[in-house]
Amino acid sequence: MTKILRPALVLFAALSLLTGLAYPLLTTALAQALFPHQANGSLIEKNGQIIGSHLIGQNFSGMRYFWGRPSATSPQAYNGLGSGGSNLGPTNPAQLAAVKGNLEQLRKAHPTQTATVPVDLVTASASGLDPEISLAAAYYQMDRVATARGIPVARLHQLVDDHIIGETFGLLGEPRVNVLELNLALDAVK
Amino acid sequence: MNTAAFLQLGLFLFVLLALAWPLAGWITRIMQGENPGLVRFVAPLERLIYRLAGIRQDEDMGWRGYAVALLLFNLLGVLAVYALQRLQGMLPFNPQAMAAVSPDSSFNTAISFVTNTNWQGYSGESTMSYLTQMLGLTVQNFLSAATGAAVVIALIRGFARHSSARIGNFWVDVTRFTLYVLAPLSLVLALAFTQQGVIQNLLPYQTATTVEVSHFQQAKLDAKGNPVNGKDGKPVMVDASTRQQTLPMGPVASQEAIKMLGTNGGGFFNANSAHPYENPTPLANFLQDLAIFLIPAALCFVFGRMVGDRRQGWAIIAAMLLMFVSAVVVETGAEQAGIPQLSAMGVDQHASSLQAGGNMEGKESRFGIIDTALFTVVTTSASCGAVNAMHDSLTPLGGLVPTFLMQLGEVVFGGVGSGLYGMLIFAILAVFIAGLMVGRTPEYLGKKIETYEMKMTAITILVTPVLVLVLTAIAVSVDPGKAGIANPGAHGFSEILYAFTSAANNNGSAFAGLSANTPFYNIMTAIAMFFGRFLMIVPILAIAGSLSAKKRLAVNSGTLPTHGPLFVVLLIGTVLLVGALNYVPALALGPVVEQLQMLSGH
Repeated sequence: MTKILRPALVLFAALSLLTGLAYPLLTTALAQALFPHQANGSLIEKNGQIIGSHLIGQNFSGMRYFWGRPSATSPQAYNGLGSGGSNLGPTNPAQLAAVKGNLEQLRKAHPTQTATVPVDLVTASASGLDPEISLAAAYYQMDRVATARGIPVARLHQLVDDHIIGETFGLLGEPRVNVLELNLALDAVK
Repeated sequence: MNTAAFLQLGLFLFVLLALAWPLAGWITRIMQGENPGLVRFVAPLERLIYRLAGIRQDEDMGWRGYAVALLLFNLLGVLAVYALQRLQGMLPFNPQAMAAVSPDSSFNTAISFVTNTNWQGYSGESTMSYLTQMLGLTVQNFLSAATGAAVVIALIRGFARHSSARIGNFWVDVTRFTLYVLAPLSLVLALAFTQQGVIQNLLPYQTATTVEVSHFQQAKLDAKGNPVNGKDGKPVMVDASTRQQTLPMGPVASQEAIKMLGTNGGGFFNANSAHPYENPTPLANFLQDLAIFLIPAALCFVFGRMVGDRRQGWAIIAAMLLMFVSAVVVETGAEQAGIPQLSAMGVDQHASSLQAGGNMEGKESRFGIIDTALFTVVTTSASCGAVNAMHDSLTPLGGLVPTFLMQLGEVVFGGVGSGLYGMLIFAILAVFIAGLMVGRTPEYLGKKIETYEMKMTAITILVTPVLVLVLTAIAVSVDPGKAGIANPGAHGFSEILYAFTSAANNNGSAFAGLSANTPFYNIMTAIAMFFGRFLMIVPILAIAGSLSAKKRLAVNSGTLPTHGPLFVVLLIGTVLLVGALNYVPALALGPVVEQLQMLSGH
């Protein structure tokens, strides 16, 4: 037994140190040297204060802002400490009720909007931190934001279009708009 | 499937094969003991480890010695991961002061990561210290993958060698696969992920001051921090508001890379590859798809090279590809179709240039339907189990596809090593069935398949269905099992069936609504994971030893060729037949019923 115990113990210890400490620490050093912004969370700072991350969505509910996807994190939406989705199944009455609730809220906030509601605005994202919405979801909200801010819709349309992230290589992913970036740009409009 | 979906699938398969082919040449050389120029500066480290450990590189083991070494090595892994979780509160690299994990959850996670399952009952960002993530979980991401690779290389040696009872040296196989295959690939991939936005640091969690104040309700807590219950027995809710958002940090990219390359699938965060810090862009997502399939695909070519007939590897991969592509087509169609009840309410689920449409519950905007469906099929064809969407919220048919792919035994590419050894067992079964039909002694690659091999084959093929069906039956019959169900009706049964299917086949993805972090599920799924892994590996090593000892027969006119379309069809037929016979009744009670309910509007 000792004949096999020594190789097992020594090899396990050696490979643990190599893959469990040397590898992640080396990766950290290289990542910090090569891509410090991304490695540290793609943070957005204003006056030396962290106001968010390009990659992590924030909760918006005011009439003056574009809203993101519904978030199922608890206790509050877009809770960075508890990523996750609703895990509601498609035939669960609770799921249909949740969508219905989101729909009614949206319709109330957008009385002039006659189009059908884009699906991503009434369904919870997988991470609960989805930073983005579809173009349809952004356009759907333009009238409301324009009215609340007293900005011409055409100006807002241009602003949304300036923030479109297209498919990678014209193929991968979906066209979308980063909600936090769009809203920060909105606040910067004079 | 629209044009974009087919184009993306085509691009994926093209890049996959273009990368897997040269990688196969590399792996073959490494595992046959060569030291190509590139590795020479690591070779002294390899020799130093052998010297310290008293390992003789040229000492070949019989299958029993190989199996004992493997089991002991994996047992050490279980102990280490368990101990790290229990002691993490006292150890360094713990800026968030994470406390010790409970005994049953620690046990479950230890088994889960050692068996390459990476089922997760816990939520990473609020449970594990950075040290546990690195020295516990990342290590097992490497070593469980290397263990799987070692087993399949041993099995291939069983076919390639003759009149020898030896199948290789486990210590050397694990060391070389880790040092020369997994580690360099992981380092490159981790840096690519970081470039795309995956975080890699050892900072404490950051706090952002958000643009708007969030108003929400939370449970009222008493002085001890326990929720206060009202007269109706439910927690009392109070209004709260915050303008702060916690941004979790950590060494994510390094773990993410081996999580994919090793077909592990355990997320750093609870949302796994749906989390923007784990999988921030469509390009990162595409790389993750590739990384999951890369080594399993390359190993098929390694098989062809090592047995001296590359067509044999192509036949295996052709069978896998046909099943994979069919699954992608069904999955994409099911999710793109969306939920009829939502359309009836006035929700727009049509795909257009402005939106992905389809069933977007539990999906991310950047991935939409196409990237999500591809990822879902990749991760469950392979025994990876990473998710970029919440599988519990898939349409019933969209949930059936991943469930059935796992139930086939994770042989459509499958896990690192485990996919190919599982498929080779089905190949043995296929030649056996063909032999019965024409009344000849079956043979595969010049080796006679006899009673001993067939007994072992029967064990490996039956062990996971028995685990899945028996444990599911127990869980739906007892209160602690039923207590975990989140969704009512047929979907609730699907949640439990998915859990044990995923655990026993070492996938690790979940219908995550199921409350599985309870002593009942922690122990039951640990049983499924442990026996689903090692009751496969030991009989397969026995087959390897037995085959290795046999003489190699010459090909003659009565030999069934195992490299042509006929054999590919026979192999697919065998896999589907066994899977369907085992699981159709269970599937009928879950996703099939639910799909019919959804379509008929109930």
